[in-house]
Amino acid sequence: MVTAPVPDIRITQPQRATESSGEPGSGTPRQRPKRASAENSEVRRFLMGRGNSAVADRGFQWLMVLCALSIFGIVVLIVTELILRSQLTWHAFGFKFFFSSFVDPDTKKTTYWDPVNGHFSALPFIYGTLVSSFLALLLAVPLAIGVAVFLTEMCPRGLRGPLAFLSELLAAIPSVIYGLWAMYVLVPILREHINPLLGQYLGWTGLFADDNPTGLGFVAAGIILAIMILPIISSLTREVMSAVPHSQREAALALGATRWEMIRMGVLRNARIGIVGAIILGLGRALGETMAVTMVIGNSPEIHRSLLSNGTSMSAVIANEYAEAVSDLHLSALTEIGLALFILTIIVNALARVLVWAVTRGAPAQVLH
Amino acid sequence: MRTEYSDWRSRWRTMTDRLATGLAILATAVVVAPLVAIFIYLVYKGARSLNVAFFTQLPKPPGEAGGGMANAMLGSAVLLALASAIGVPVGIAAGIHLAEFGRGTRLANAIRFTADVLNGVPSIVMGVAVYALIIKPKIAWLPFTGHFSAFSGGVALGIMMIPTVCCTTEEMLLMVPHSIREAALGLGAPNWKSVLSITVRTASPGIITGCMLAFARVAGETAPLIFTAFGNAFWNSNLNRPIAALPLQIYVYALSPYDDWRRLAWAGSLVLIVLIVLAVSLVRYVASRGVLKGAS
Repeated sequence: MVTAPVPDIRITQPQRATESSGEPGSGTPRQRPKRASAENSEVRRFLMGRGNSAVADRGFQWLMVLCALSIFGIVVLIVTELILRSQLTWHAFGFKFFFSSFVDPDTKKTTYWDPVNGHFSALPFIYGTLVSSFLALLLAVPLAIGVAVFLTEMCPRGLRGPLAFLSELLAAIPSVIYGLWAMYVLVPILREHINPLLGQYLGWTGLFADDNPTGLGFVAAGIILAIMILPIISSLTREVMSAVPHSQREAALALGATRWEMIRMGVLRNARIGIVGAIILGLGRALGETMAVTMVIGNSPEIHRSLLSNGTSMSAVIANEYAEAVSDLHLSALTEIGLALFILTIIVNALARVLVWAVTRGAPAQVLH
Repeated sequence: MRTEYSDWRSRWRTMTDRLATGLAILATAVVVAPLVAIFIYLVYKGARSLNVAFFTQLPKPPGEAGGGMANAMLGSAVLLALASAIGVPVGIAAGIHLAEFGRGTRLANAIRFTADVLNGVPSIVMGVAVYALIIKPKIAWLPFTGHFSAFSGGVALGIMMIPTVCCTTEEMLLMVPHSIREAALGLGAPNWKSVLSITVRTASPGIITGCMLAFARVAGETAPLIFTAFGNAFWNSNLNRPIAALPLQIYVYALSPYDDWRRLAWAGSLVLIVLIVLAVSLVRYVASRGVLKGAS
């Protein structure tokens, strides 16, 4: 609407714009607009609400809202589909789906997952997901914090860029390639060297009974998961640590602290909530990770005490069996596992987001004691 | 007495400081080591099995030497094109809404939160949802329903691109100075034109970066394709049929007992990772040149 007569732009009366005053060119503003909160600028609101481009503008705006709302729609659609498609198992087993076990009438052994006979319980999958994820956290968290400390506080400037780039690359490698590497490099190393050692020295705990000749299992899955979630934990920790004001560091150093004391008291203690958030976000990633875990965890739906034995996880069983489900009940059971995984990751991610926000959104540094 | 104490104390403090420094360096080394190991091993194994046939031929049946993954590369290209066609426009439009129209409103906050949720959905769950949505129901008058198809795989990947594209678009648009918008509006441009050809254009390097990141993330996804695109041993570019994809083929071949197929898996991984490293480096290069160069 280029030819519209430009009315008197007075900031206090933007509504005058709609009634064209009929004196073109007289619109020199007497006051300069204040630009303190620019998005609410009256000039802008006036300029946007004028002329016969308003129809096109409104259409454009509606189109954008529609696209934004489609995100909403997609999530709702996902949730409803998952709920609807898991009704069958929900009616058959109810809450017991998550913790029951069955006794096989022929072999008298405890089973959890027997698609042919229609026995379904998610317990071994939940167990496997939790064990492999926590194992991964146990390995990844100290390393990730070490890397973050090194990169933010100690690293020579020339090394920082390449190392940050490397960790970015580490995050970009597809899961299936990690799985391939783990299958053909990590698992043989574990099988030949590490698992026997673990069995020999830590076998008495029962956690490392070396009775699995394949080298697959929770330990392999935990290690590859740790490698995969390291970059995300360390880069978020780095972000949180660099949000700690420099005055904290300077104060600690000025009081005669060594560098480590400065890091421990001035930086880590201030950033701890955010670091916990980063760790939980890493946990969220580990819980949902599929391909690499599927390739090295061994895929047997049993619960063993030993971390060296074969296991399975929620995502692994879906990846393995979904395309070849034998019955509707089987498919529904797998969908319900997917739903449980979805809910679990949403809770974990929301928790992590809240914690990270609390730190990076300008929370004041606390006084230390 | 006192000096002795402080001497012991200071020595202890120096020791802990050195120990912590050493541990941090060690941790970094331990983290860098597997990455370097993965890269070297991948290049070593992949380069030995990469040849012209890999890029031009179909996979051979087990037992026969040779063959390639040409169909999987075509399939990945088709799937990624479809995914980008869905994910990029919707994501950018949603980002425009968040940054230009919905700033500070409750709706925008809700959408931002939902995008975060969508970003956190495990990729395998996305596969399950798309299966339940498109493949399970057989609706006669709706195309693409009732069977495995390239279309469903593309939809799954496209949905996964939306949150990343949306969030980066919003961030980049927020960095565009208001004077530019007001200048466009002041010259009489309608708002839609000002948004599309001034604001979005100014932020376009950053938005493209976001799209590339989403693309790189989705390019390596396997989990949502297992029971949507399903894989195919032959040429296919029909959206209504199952289609092969590079990551999916790598997964299947990695688990196969045949040496020739495993060899192809290594070669495929090398190709995939080179593509992704190129994308990430390009993103970094663009980002380091200053995202909003034309803005000021």
